[in-house]
Amino acid sequence: MSAPNLSVPILEVDDLVKHFPVQTGIVLKRTVGHVRAVDGVSFALHKGETLGVVGESGCGKSTLAQVLMRLEPPTSGRVRFHGEDVFAKRGRELQALRRSIQIVLQDPYTSLNPRMTVGDIVGEPFDIHPDVAPKGERRKKVQDLLDVVGLNPEHINRYPHQFSGGQRQRIGIARALALKPEVIICDEPVSALDVSIQAQVMNLLDELQREFGLSYLFIAHDLSVVRHLSDRVAVMYLGKIVEIGTEEEIYGRPSHPYTQALLSAVPVPDPAVRAARARIRLTGDVPSPVNPPSGCRFRTRCWKATEICEVEEPELVTRGAGHHPSACHHAEEQTLLPST
Amino acid sequence: MATPLLEVEGLRVEFRTRDGVAHVLNGVDYHVDAGETLAVLGESGSGKSVTANTVMGILESPPGVVTGGSVRYRGEELLTAAPARRRELRGEHIAMIFQDALSALNPVFTVGFQIGEQLRTRRGMSRRDAEKRAVELLDLVGIPGAKQRVRDHPHQFSGGMRQRVMIAMSLALDPDVLIADEPTTALDVTVQAQIMDLLADIQAERHMGLILITHDLGVVAEVADRIAVMYAGRIVEHADVHSLYANPCHPYTRALLESIPRVDTKGTSLSAISGLPPSLTRIPPGCPFHPRCPMAAERCTEELPPLAVLPSGRSSACLFAEELVAG
Repeated sequence: MSAPNLSVPILEVDDLVKHFPVQTGIVLKRTVGHVRAVDGVSFALHKGETLGVVGESGCGKSTLAQVLMRLEPPTSGRVRFHGEDVFAKRGRELQALRRSIQIVLQDPYTSLNPRMTVGDIVGEPFDIHPDVAPKGERRKKVQDLLDVVGLNPEHINRYPHQFSGGQRQRIGIARALALKPEVIICDEPVSALDVSIQAQVMNLLDELQREFGLSYLFIAHDLSVVRHLSDRVAVMYLGKIVEIGTEEEIYGRPSHPYTQALLSAVPVPDPAVRAARARIRLTGDVPSPVNPPSGCRFRTRCWKATEICEVEEPELVTRGAGHHPSACHHAEEQTLLPST
Repeated sequence: MATPLLEVEGLRVEFRTRDGVAHVLNGVDYHVDAGETLAVLGESGSGKSVTANTVMGILESPPGVVTGGSVRYRGEELLTAAPARRRELRGEHIAMIFQDALSALNPVFTVGFQIGEQLRTRRGMSRRDAEKRAVELLDLVGIPGAKQRVRDHPHQFSGGMRQRVMIAMSLALDPDVLIADEPTTALDVTVQAQIMDLLADIQAERHMGLILITHDLGVVAEVADRIAVMYAGRIVEHADVHSLYANPCHPYTRALLESIPRVDTKGTSLSAISGLPPSLTRIPPGCPFHPRCPMAAERCTEELPPLAVLPSGRSSACLFAEELVAG
């Protein structure tokens, strides 16, 4: 992996909040609460870097992607792209911005229009941004893109159903690359694929990053996949980042109890270590994001919880002997994975 | 050798569709004994679920047609057994749990009613007794407040809890063999760990034979005793879990292990398997893996390698298996 340039943040997210209203009534709608999907998230993404975002379903990682893409308006907070406020942009400026931030979606079966040919799908960004590729050159450009993602350029007139899942995901990646973006948000790009195909797509993402100097925000629930591709990792729980650090810090010396529990639950494909592994088993389920617990949101499932966790929300800061920010009053680094 | 608890031998299944005949199973052999866990590992379309459905006698037919082979429970042939006898065995001796608990449970009945249904029809229990037993079963699978929750409907449970309900249901009649078809694929990792622990505890306690169907090499390494790897409707490798991970003896297994990212190491680049699994309507001649195999030779395109037993007791369907064993 190319060394990311950590001095230049491309994308800065500052206290981003997205609440969805919960309404009752059919004619007279009344808001009875809010789903606090993203509840105060801050991080920076640098040039050429991959920031992994992991968390279980319902933790707000996909909502985060949608707000960053401006598919959903934020409730509050700021996002700056090259120092400029993303949410203040309108019209032509917004269109230029959209060119720079693209997304690859999870399900390659529903994210491609079945009635459009591959050429139309990959070339559609050029219809919206005609100045990127003049009309006469489009077909050539699309074929180049197909070649870049490892598809046969001659298949430009085929339809999505004529491709396998892995190939479809390559089509989605080609579409995201069309406008030469700087940032690609990958929302679970490999989780719908078979194991033997996952590796092909992960390697492709890796190569493209090196070739084009892309920054990835890589959202996934699979901790192994995230470790493989990420330079830094943020762990989310109920709409908040609970721990953030380099890949080495998060996997080698996690300090938040939730990260520790997650890592100890991931199966390791090596039967030799199964007896020796530390096991932390969480009980119960993730609480509802409509009414999250007071103080620390993880305290209802945490074995370290004390009184302070109930009253005071822990900030995402580096504590005591720690090396990276962790949102836990009792943060303590611990090694959980067998070293190989 | 004693008769295995459940044995599948040379099982062949075709799906006859408008687009031609898909050869879904092309001679599957495996067996499971009491108290052990057999993992059936394979990618989608490899035939692992079809095998399980055929064993249970719930293969959709048409399009599925069993064209050969045998499935024996304690030596008794199931494929030719009378429908009444098969019904008797189903649930009572061989039970199954599915990947998607939400669609496997009936949304309009309470979970207590659904668990109790088998007890009422099979054991002639009264409604009240059946519900009492359902509470005990829910308690056993770790559902808090089982007494109240027995009257809840499936949608009132979370994904992990629903999977527990399904496990409770499968245990109602004390089966000897439990087939778990991707039981944790739809679940989050912390919940997956809870469910796998529960299955392991129950299996050890009841001395059941467990067939775990999965595509997850991590889950397999944590719980299996033996592993059967499937590819294009055949078992391509069979070994105990430690030897399989230490020294895979089929190029497909080897490639799979090298292609997965691991949580315990960063790794540099994954060696992906090139190409795609074959279409089951047009399985390549010879070894079905040869178009993707780094070791493929001329012979592989002509000869179908049988699942041969190697000296160490494991087996592999590769012409070069012995070289692979040697390392």
